[in-house]
Amino acid sequence: MSKPFSSPKTGPSPQTGASRRAFLQGGGLLLGFALLGAGVKPTLAATDPVAGDVTAAFSPDAFIRIGTDGKITLILPNIEMGQGTHTGEATLIAEELEVGLDQVSVVDAPPNDKLYATAALGGQATGGSTSMRATWESLRKAGATARMMLVAAAAAQWSVPASECGAKLGVVTHQPTGRQLAYGALADAAGKQAVPTDVKLKDPSDFELIGKSLRRVDTAGKVNGAVIYGIDVRVPDMKVATVSACPVLGGTLQDVDEKAARAIPGVRDIVRLPNAVAVIGDHFWAAKKGLEALDITWNDGANAKLGSADIMAALKTASEHKTPIMARKEGDVEGRLKAASKTVEAIYQLPFLAHAPMEPINCVVHVRADECEIWVGTQVPTQAQAGAAQVTGFPLDKIIVHNHLIGGGFGRRLVAESVAQAVAIAKQVSYPVKVIWTREEDIQHDLYRPAYYDRISAGLGPDGLPTVWIDHVAGGSVLGNYIPGGWPDDKLDDDAVEGAVKPPYDLPVIQVDWVRQDPPVPITWWRGVGSTHNVFVVESFMDELADAAGKDPVEYRRALTKNQPRAAGVLELVAEKSGWGTPLPAGSGRGIALHDAFGSYMAAVLEISVSSAGEITLHRAVVAVDCGIAINPNTVEAQIEGGLIFGLSAALYSGITFTNGRVDQSNFHDYRILRNNEAPKIEVYHVKSLESPGGIGETATVSAAPVLANAIFAATGKRLRSLPFDRNQLKSDGADKTSVSMMPPLSVPVLAALATSGETGESEPEAA
Amino acid sequence: MKRLGLIILAAAVVIAAAVAVFLFKPASLPDVSVAQAALPTGQALIDRGEYLARAADCVACHTTSGGKPYAGGLAFKLPFGTLYAPNITSDKETGIGDWSDAEFVRALHQGIDRQGHNLYPAFPYAAYARMTTEDALAIKAYLFSLPAVHADAPKNDLIFPFNQRYIMRFWNLLFVPGGALQPTASESAEWNRGAYLVEAMAHCGECHTPRNVFYALDSGKTFAGAELQGWKAYNISSDKRTGIGNWTDEQLFDYLSKGHAEGRGSPTGSMGEAVDYSLRHLTPEDIKAIVAYVKTVPPQVSSDQAIVEAEPATLKASIAYAPSGDAAAQGGLGLKLFQGACASCHGWNGEGLQTPYAALRGSRTVNDPDGTNLIQVILKGAHMTTATGAQAMPAFANAYSNVEIAALGNYVLAHFGGRQSAITPADVAKARTQ
Amino acid sequence: MIALNVNGEDRSVDVPEDMPLLWVLRDVIGLTGTKFGCGIAQCGACTVQLDGQPVRSCVLPVASVGTRRVTTVEAIGATAGGKKVQQAWLDLEVIQCGYCQSGQIMSASALLERNPDPSDSDIDAAMSGNICRCGTYTRIRAAIKQAAKA
Repeated sequence: MSKPFSSPKTGPSPQTGASRRAFLQGGGLLLGFALLGAGVKPTLAATDPVAGDVTAAFSPDAFIRIGTDGKITLILPNIEMGQGTHTGEATLIAEELEVGLDQVSVVDAPPNDKLYATAALGGQATGGSTSMRATWESLRKAGATARMMLVAAAAAQWSVPASECGAKLGVVTHQPTGRQLAYGALADAAGKQAVPTDVKLKDPSDFELIGKSLRRVDTAGKVNGAVIYGIDVRVPDMKVATVSACPVLGGTLQDVDEKAARAIPGVRDIVRLPNAVAVIGDHFWAAKKGLEALDITWNDGANAKLGSADIMAALKTASEHKTPIMARKEGDVEGRLKAASKTVEAIYQLPFLAHAPMEPINCVVHVRADECEIWVGTQVPTQAQAGAAQVTGFPLDKIIVHNHLIGGGFGRRLVAESVAQAVAIAKQVSYPVKVIWTREEDIQHDLYRPAYYDRISAGLGPDGLPTVWIDHVAGGSVLGNYIPGGWPDDKLDDDAVEGAVKPPYDLPVIQVDWVRQDPPVPITWWRGVGSTHNVFVVESFMDELADAAGKDPVEYRRALTKNQPRAAGVLELVAEKSGWGTPLPAGSGRGIALHDAFGSYMAAVLEISVSSAGEITLHRAVVAVDCGIAINPNTVEAQIEGGLIFGLSAALYSGITFTNGRVDQSNFHDYRILRNNEAPKIEVYHVKSLESPGGIGETATVSAAPVLANAIFAATGKRLRSLPFDRNQLKSDGADKTSVSMMPPLSVPVLAALATSGETGESEPEAA
Repeated sequence: MKRLGLIILAAAVVIAAAVAVFLFKPASLPDVSVAQAALPTGQALIDRGEYLARAADCVACHTTSGGKPYAGGLAFKLPFGTLYAPNITSDKETGIGDWSDAEFVRALHQGIDRQGHNLYPAFPYAAYARMTTEDALAIKAYLFSLPAVHADAPKNDLIFPFNQRYIMRFWNLLFVPGGALQPTASESAEWNRGAYLVEAMAHCGECHTPRNVFYALDSGKTFAGAELQGWKAYNISSDKRTGIGNWTDEQLFDYLSKGHAEGRGSPTGSMGEAVDYSLRHLTPEDIKAIVAYVKTVPPQVSSDQAIVEAEPATLKASIAYAPSGDAAAQGGLGLKLFQGACASCHGWNGEGLQTPYAALRGSRTVNDPDGTNLIQVILKGAHMTTATGAQAMPAFANAYSNVEIAALGNYVLAHFGGRQSAITPADVAKARTQ
Repeated sequence: MIALNVNGEDRSVDVPEDMPLLWVLRDVIGLTGTKFGCGIAQCGACTVQLDGQPVRSCVLPVASVGTRRVTTVEAIGATAGGKKVQQAWLDLEVIQCGYCQSGQIMSASALLERNPDPSDSDIDAAMSGNICRCGTYTRIRAAIKQAAKA
């Protein structure tokens, strides 16, 4: 994959990216279209594609260019960060354009909020698993339009009816005579054809690319170090900076003694910002050593004494005393509660989470006299541009953003505050600067997934099924932190209840509300967004209800999904494939979680074992998914595998805590990530579906925590309601005083089985 | 009888009065004028003081992690409460900026502060008592050349009767030597220099010598090893099995001056700090002198099992990147953790992958079935400044459970030391509080 | 000046002795395929090979490289093991964001060079030091096994 603009290795050129027209110039066919998903936001219906001088006609956000050399380029506004978006989008276009996926190349669109607005998110952004959902129709329509124009051009040249011509693999054939013209030869003429208004799309049964696991378009350069992530950008005369913001969130810089740092060879400049100091050096090492040598005095500010316990206490108080904002209320909630033969209630708590993408935050900036050039990997190039405009005072068209591959986003790169910081640093020097955050800075100055305190309850009928369901959510407003103007206090932030408001169950009497309690720390979206948080509570609690009713968890869900065919479909498939109900060794357990999010339905079963010391081993995960038409099944499976591991990692290990306003965690040794030898085997099964494609990048992350909670309960009888799971609560009596076994964990179930048969005692074997 | 009673009463009164005088008479100040006259002035004095302050390792105790040097505040958790090291910068209000030369020398030699109050022997004045007055004054000159830091150290928190400072006078009478260490004529100049550095400056015995019931160093067990603040200070007497009698001079020299010796690992904990802050700054001659002296300290056979014997088969059969097949099969949770968080630096053959500072082969820490220092270093990490930059191990306390650290500890001891150990989660829980 | 042999080419770099090899490769030589992830040898993104053995270049002082030949991901395809690993990575669509994969490939190819038929526990030992945030672990394991058969 190449970049649309100047290669970073060859250096910036002043005109690059400055003019969108320049970017779109060139012979052949250029078709612009609006990538606005039909059915996602009906008010923003798809605009018909146009050809020719596309910039004058309307505001397309994506382009197909077919050069006279036959080269087919797709210019797409959604950013590739590993989720296979570019491959999926290219597949949709290629399907209708009648070319092979290997015949196209994909490049990122330049930032332009108006032009590249992705409807579902608002603003040019890649997040919320919206990419494939938003573009399902518009991309195919664009491909079909281009194909029809190419066919029309060929028909005109041969003076035959277009209906006698067909297209295949980039070649138009006049079927009666067998005459052929390649797309490249037709490109100029096609550009002069009228844009058809009546575009018919293929029937799904005729798909040749969609639904096949085609090779991804973005990976070849990722096995040999050839691709350029933001952090890899090098421009002439560039220096490298690293930065330290006030360790107390919200604090400011008071003073800095730079003497020792200046003495370090390679240190060039020391730059002060209101809340941070940066050291610029010839290379990162000089900058880092310089930063370490600074003697910095901070003004800790209002958060100087802030601790995690204070935040959780405030959430609890708010949950219990503040008037909630109603998200949904249906039926006689109070009456049903009174009439219930049994009520169940529980409190769930979720921590702040950092994103910790593998590529640390970075940004290359060159602020010149009258323009600012930026090289960065971001999910929101237009926000980056706006932030830079604000810092420099330059108009937007003087802010040139080159977007790069992203080494992991997970929501972290849906905000561009670090770009504004980098611009503020670069503004103080004349040369280009690459700002790289250390991992410590990344963990301690993230915008975190908010903490939550949720109270949930249900009344059960005589059959044990819920007759009423009440979910009180309390937490900060992500939207309130995201939108520059904030979010009105009295208005529901859908994100807070996204996965709670409509669980895929027959729950006719339901109340879901939200108490807003914004934490004094910055927050933002995190992989799986609202659903990651809500579904943990909903699906854990569903298991609690099954237990209260004395029912099998799958049986219980089955009874509640009679009118939820897609949910029932994945539930049955996962139960079958996982061998639900078949016996497991003692100390082992199987959990289930079911949900719908981002237009996809998913059921997951996880098999684990828990040692007498409370240690959890993940053995096998089985996932059934109905994501509508799977554009690329292999990518769907990859996203499910990765998303599940991402979520399991967080459920087992992740939680950001604060002491005296400072984040306690700092790097992967204390913000722990699941490792290869801890990952379970994962099997993914598809429910065949002709529904529009659902999102898939986050879906399995949503399943992870609840399926693990339910597996823990199945294995131990202990219900853990706080994340990350406290394994201390799982150990058996006396485990503390027992030497921790060096026996492989696999032998634990065997020993446990022996123990139950009375042949050995309860004690762990001694160390070998 | 009445008369006898009066005599006894009178005697009691006299004794009581004598004790009262002993306990409460104002401390007098030493005359330091001779030493003052003998010293150089200006930068030469400051330079000498800097070297000696390092040799005496003042900074290790008088600085908190991340705090300003010598500004105090470091906590010492003792069986009878917590002491905090005071600020010894030249700040007049919170430091020692108002102290005279004589007051400073009295503090080092007698453990008495400017106001005449007794200090606690966590401050190793029983060792510094053997320092020459000239050297003490040089250290003061250096401290006063540094920027003053305004920082109040927390107040001590000791239980009765230990919060009564005057009782230290009894202790001083018993345990504080008077006057500087005198050379032993029968020994070489090098040995005598080593003795002075070890006894009067580096105060090695403060950690490595066991304490008696009065919490003073047990002079009959010099360097036999002791445990304090959750770490073991190993036996460094010349005993071949339980001490350092089998170490070569070169190993001792490297360990003290570089923080790593081939086949002996690297110091961590307080010894790591002692090397980092103090010993690595000394001249090669002084390190050699220390080695010469330490090797002559009579052997003390201790019961501590932190003994490095033959190299275990598990280690021999491993390569840097993988344990032997058998070892892998036996590893369980500990192996799993080692694979993820440890192997990238330490490797399985005990040599260290990127740096010898990560080498574990031959280290007493991985040969101690108690796992005392091993647990501590896993919990708290380690740091060493070396000729090729800083080397550090992160602290794993916050993200790894007691069960995990116990399992990891047992695995490391089995693999690198061939030791059967039985570290329990409760042991780790205890180590976290120390 | 420090002499290095990187991907078969002799170089001389004017950098501090304590500078980690990672930054010499990325910021001085310009080989950016080797990635910065944590700086404390906990994630493996910076893995390169010295004489065929994997090391974490983020904590390896450049002065301690000595005469050992440095191989980075840019040149690993020239080795038999590296080529097989790269192909298996593509065939099994291991890669998502790809950022950690340079390190994964360097660790995996070193594993195959010393152990042509690694077991699961061999893979655990060799690969658990490499973190992947996208969670591609199961495919990494499968790809190593496929590469071993190739």
